[in-house]
Amino acid sequence: MAQRQISYREAIAEAIREEMARDEKVFLMGEDVGVLGGAFGATKGLFQEFGEDRVRETPISETAIIGFALGAAMAGMRPIAEIMRVDWMTICMDEIVNQVAKMHYLSGGRPRVAMVIRAATEGGIGLGAQHSQSFESWFVHVPGLKVVMPSTPYDAKGLLKAAIRDSNPVIFLEPGVLYGTSGPVPAEDYLIPLGKADIKREGKDTTIVVWGTLVLKALNAAQTLANEGIEVEVVDPRSLRPLDIETIIESVKKTGRLVVAHEAMRTCGVGAEIAALVQERAFDYLDAPIQRVAAPDVIIPVNRNLERTVLPQEEHIVEAVKSVR
Amino acid sequence: MRLSKEDLLGMYRRMVRIRQFEEGITYHSLQGHVPGTGHVSIGEEAVAVGACSALEERDYLISTHRAHGHVLARGASMPVIVAEVFAKATGCTGGKGGSMHLSDFDRYILGTNGIVGGGINIAGGVGLAIKMQKTNQVCLCFFGDGAANRGTFHEGLNLASLWKVPTVYVCTNNQYALSMPQGKGCANIDISARAVAYDLPGQRVDGTDVVAVYEAVKSAVDRARRGEGPSLIEAVAYRLRGHSMRMDTMPGSSAYRPKGEVEDWWQNKDPLKIFKQKLKGLDYLTDKMADKIEAECKQEFDEAVKFALTSPEPSPESAFDWIYAEEGR
Repeated sequence: MAQRQISYREAIAEAIREEMARDEKVFLMGEDVGVLGGAFGATKGLFQEFGEDRVRETPISETAIIGFALGAAMAGMRPIAEIMRVDWMTICMDEIVNQVAKMHYLSGGRPRVAMVIRAATEGGIGLGAQHSQSFESWFVHVPGLKVVMPSTPYDAKGLLKAAIRDSNPVIFLEPGVLYGTSGPVPAEDYLIPLGKADIKREGKDTTIVVWGTLVLKALNAAQTLANEGIEVEVVDPRSLRPLDIETIIESVKKTGRLVVAHEAMRTCGVGAEIAALVQERAFDYLDAPIQRVAAPDVIIPVNRNLERTVLPQEEHIVEAVKSVR
Repeated sequence: MRLSKEDLLGMYRRMVRIRQFEEGITYHSLQGHVPGTGHVSIGEEAVAVGACSALEERDYLISTHRAHGHVLARGASMPVIVAEVFAKATGCTGGKGGSMHLSDFDRYILGTNGIVGGGINIAGGVGLAIKMQKTNQVCLCFFGDGAANRGTFHEGLNLASLWKVPTVYVCTNNQYALSMPQGKGCANIDISARAVAYDLPGQRVDGTDVVAVYEAVKSAVDRARRGEGPSLIEAVAYRLRGHSMRMDTMPGSSAYRPKGEVEDWWQNKDPLKIFKQKLKGLDYLTDKMADKIEAECKQEFDEAVKFALTSPEPSPESAFDWIYAEEGR
């Protein structure tokens, strides 16, 4: 029997639905998450199923969304707070960085801050400078947070369910371009542990570490390269904190070559951290300098050609892999 | 509810206890026992005690950077609080948080906050959890006149009102946001008037009158517990000391205050002095009784200091505890 195929956005909604049905402490809050079903359709049907008490539509008040979610978590609930886009998490950075991330530490380890902050991330659909950014490195830089960024519907469901059950705050970033993509997703309950990378394609010649929208482009690039006789291994860390550096190191030990690709800006991106970790721990295994594929340090423009120019594409990955041969 | 003689004397004792703590901690700060800084609330004791006296045992508290008085009024252990202000291993966060991060989860004190206005939304969320779990509690949220100008005040009170959460917002208007007089920072100095914008009851009370604060907060707490939603109370008091203990040691640190203003408040609006006169007028209190209360509170503080000073320093490895919660708790 063919496996059930659903979209990324349906996988998100299914994960939330299952966890809300399983645990009455779990609830959802955010802008437009109710009647509309989310600005990207990722919470469709939940309001109708669970009602306004557990699917809470908020005004455009990002500091209140995160602050209320934190207070609710401290008093025993398990909120899922949606900030529509990662770009607007800048509006509630005090709540995320100074409050949510530090509350367990600054309270003598007493309250459990079991909450998930979901947001759409990355560009590629012409939404421009304030609706297309990738800030995963900002959150990875803050101890106390976990950061997850799934690239497939299967990963999205399993990781979101695990994030909701986690005892810590989890930043859960959903690449906007991927909402409409489909893939096999079991209808039953399953969890993917945070901090476990997935090898999306095995290969012996070069390792590509890649997450988010670029995973699909990397897989296409891998096919192109395979046709030319280069077998790349595509490793998707899926969660960036905790980071499964062991799987990455193992892969590099096998291939001797590493390309790290992300849509976020190059400077101080998570790719820089991974490159540093690999050279610290597997320097002797490297046969070439580590290459990064990332956005140059520019502001993301709306024009389709301009946006395509600044965001990393499949061909950039192909070039990078060839450059480390 | 009418306050009995015992209630009133209990409130007086709690105010004296806070004053003794704040005077004493200032002294120990000068002795070098307080790392960093701390913010004392001398002049604001009636707000802390009046508001906290309106709570039931299981009601929550969220507070600010100037919160020694709030947590003491809620019954936090004095030795543990002194130890935390001294950043010792026996403090409530083992010396990680210090003066601005006081909590006692067994007493529903969910924490104080180093970010001005940082607690307003959190308190709304605590109220939401109470409402969703139907536990019939109330959350009291202290903040200051400075925080009233943060965006969190607007977002938090609006959402709290929309969702009718059982959170009572008490603004201690101590008339200064660090060096900025309230009239320079608030276009309308009546912060309670902003309640209209959120369709909330708003009330301005004399924050040097502990009974007036109690009555206003009690009525707001009762309303919240009946499920009728949040309220905003502004208690107008005066910060008799500088912004922080550290800043008070710097030359010229009170340059922003008009000459004679502090002396005038000390003379005429010291909440302890006012309440003492009132209790004496009711024949509830004599000077001798007052001296005894003060001596007992001083002794309690001195014992707490002894505990803190003899407590161990946190171990270096403890810096790494509690960054993440363990699973399965």
